Amino acid sequence: MRTVTVDRVMIEARAASFTRRSIKEAAKLQGLCMALSMTDLTTLEGKDSRERISALCRKARQPAADMPDLPQVAAVCVYPNHVALACELLAGTGIHIASVATAFPSGQSPLELRLEEVRQVVADGADEVDMVINRGAFLAGDYPTVQGEIEAIKQACGDAHLKVILETGELETFDKIRLASDLAIEAGGDFIKTSTGKIQPAATIPVTLVMLEAIRDHFLATGKRVGMKPAGGISKAKTALHYLVMVKETLGDDWLTPDLFRFGASSLVNDIVRQVRWKRTGNYTANYDVSIG
Amino acid sequence: MAQSLQFEHKWDYAPAPEKIPVQIDDRYGLFINGRFIEPASDKWADSINPATEQSLFKFAVADQSDVETAVAAARKALPGWSGLPAQERAKYLFRIARRIQERSRELAILESMDGGKPIKESRDIDLPEAAKHFFYHAGWADKLDYAFPGRKAGPVGVCGQIIPWNFPLLMAAWKIAPALACGNTVVLKPAETTSLTALRLAEIFQEVELPPGVVNIVTGAGQTGSALATADINKLAFTGSTQVGKLLARQLAGTGKRLTLELGGKSPHIIFDDASIDQAVEGIISGIYFNQGHVCCAGSRLFVQESIMSEVLAKLDIRLASLRVGDPLDKNTDLGAINSRQQLDKINEYRKIGVEEGASLHQPSTSELPDKGYWSQPCYFADVQPAHRLARDEIFGPVLAVMSFRTPEEALSRANNTPFGLAAGIWTDKGSKIFDIAAKLKAGVVWCNTYNQFDASSPFGGFRESGFGREGGRQGLRAYLELS
Repeated sequence: MRTVTVDRVMIEARAASFTRRSIKEAAKLQGLCMALSMTDLTTLEGKDSRERISALCRKARQPAADMPDLPQVAAVCVYPNHVALACELLAGTGIHIASVATAFPSGQSPLELRLEEVRQVVADGADEVDMVINRGAFLAGDYPTVQGEIEAIKQACGDAHLKVILETGELETFDKIRLASDLAIEAGGDFIKTSTGKIQPAATIPVTLVMLEAIRDHFLATGKRVGMKPAGGISKAKTALHYLVMVKETLGDDWLTPDLFRFGASSLVNDIVRQVRWKRTGNYTANYDVSIG
Repeated sequence: MAQSLQFEHKWDYAPAPEKIPVQIDDRYGLFINGRFIEPASDKWADSINPATEQSLFKFAVADQSDVETAVAAARKALPGWSGLPAQERAKYLFRIARRIQERSRELAILESMDGGKPIKESRDIDLPEAAKHFFYHAGWADKLDYAFPGRKAGPVGVCGQIIPWNFPLLMAAWKIAPALACGNTVVLKPAETTSLTALRLAEIFQEVELPPGVVNIVTGAGQTGSALATADINKLAFTGSTQVGKLLARQLAGTGKRLTLELGGKSPHIIFDDASIDQAVEGIISGIYFNQGHVCCAGSRLFVQESIMSEVLAKLDIRLASLRVGDPLDKNTDLGAINSRQQLDKINEYRKIGVEEGASLHQPSTSELPDKGYWSQPCYFADVQPAHRLARDEIFGPVLAVMSFRTPEEALSRANNTPFGLAAGIWTDKGSKIFDIAAKLKAGVVWCNTYNQFDASSPFGGFRESGFGREGGRQGLRAYLELS
């Protein structure tokens, strides 16, 4: 595997160019609906309860009661303890159940325990697993360990899709983010994902672009399509559109699908709902006029 | 790379045209002595919107007597302006800068209508940079004695300034701001295809009550420029083609008038195999397709280390596929209209020559070109040889010549094998290589792992047939000062 370097100045310049695209009219509405259909509606709190998970699942199926034509989200993403409930509530909807396993968010547990956690969430019904990489080993330069662990976890997933969280905020440099992306792809990740949402900075446009370039290079070399999931801090509809512009102009049409692109987000859905309502009614609704997810 | 990415129409951007209405007079006279006046020549010409081929307005064609009237006005205003306390001169420059900022949206739209450049660029680059040049030089006005320690700085006198059509307002700012800061008075001649924003700048001079005659603007083509060069001026500053630059140098030889020339270029990009390739590709794109390639420092020759040639070209193809060519006023347009019919003919001629010489044309952009207007798809030629005209002549359009090299020594000898020497780009992740190569390149500006970065505080200018004299920064003041 060739080590690819990333230069900060021009990657940031290219990233900024996506935010200067002007998305209007029909393109905006289409983009908003696309973003909604790509969202992994997420709650990852210590205080998560049955009540909260139920609300989340309801929101996932129908983002706004007054606009039943809006698409449902791609998946809900919850802690392992809530997988069984989410599966029960979403049975037959086509909405995927994702769970963060592998001692999320730090990953600081013995590998065997992390593997066991993965087997457990899959057994409980999760069809998508969001794992964290071993940043300790990665930053120490022990790449074989990082790659070996991802491979083991992929195997433990069985048929479930594996999203590999790099926690880019802890890797710091674009060079390291690119290297981690290449490792995760090489090890068999179905998706690569920026962040847990527990560390700042989380997803940014330049970081996501670096990861999209890794996905593109892998596709050009092998023909295999790996998915991308920026997560953490994407709360505005407009920001989501900027991400979609980046995907369209970097990877092309094939990646504009929930099968290959996801947003990990919680409040994004409601901002999209408000934007769509505005497009349809000409009025902005207050935050309290949109149901909590 | 057998796989290919699909850039089709799954999600198309809707048109996003700039909709703010702007007012344009039917015709504009000459700006002399603080007022717009009818030309003595009584000659007028049309300024064409290159995106529609329709006339936008008529401008006066100044003849020799008009130019002499303008120069006389500048001569008359000189003692008053150069005698002002420097801080007072600075205040005028600050006011001009603020007014440019306040009117920037309108000016950006006018710039795109008159010259064809995408609104994205006039809005985000031309206008902010133009304001910056006035702000920056306002700061110098009362510090000139410190710019050249031990010497006393005074104005040169009346400055004739001839500017090109690629950055009309920005070039006016580059010329006028340092001249005024140094206490000179000015007669400016904008290019005949793009006079509009210079004339609107004249409105700003009126608004800020700049004393009459300090800046005069005479419109017209080559004859007007020639009349200005031979008029009673103390200094001529010219930005434009090398051909015209040589003509002016002959005209001025032996007259004692000062001359600075900022001329053409055929600037090289050198991409080493250890470069960050995607970012280098981004630099190539910005280097050659920015402003439709109508840039004197455009990176129009690309030298790629042999081992990464196929990867670089594949990525260039992908990147070009998402470039959008079309309506300059659409906020999503990346390449607007070619400035004039004449320039489009020249570009097309070179595209033909390239094919005839045996280079291979690649044109991956998928944009549909409008029926009316002057358009050119961004393209590159592979398999170019250093002896090809594509590799030697300045084309001034969205046409890139790609060549390869094996060793740093070969890259250098190929890059320096040109009559020009304006700018260069080096792409490598290795710092020591940057210092080594940059020192050996014959170019006024060398950018490393980036391209087209400008700042009012940074001097710009060329080697060899790219001209002499510097613009911007402390070095740029030198041309507008008499030191004693």
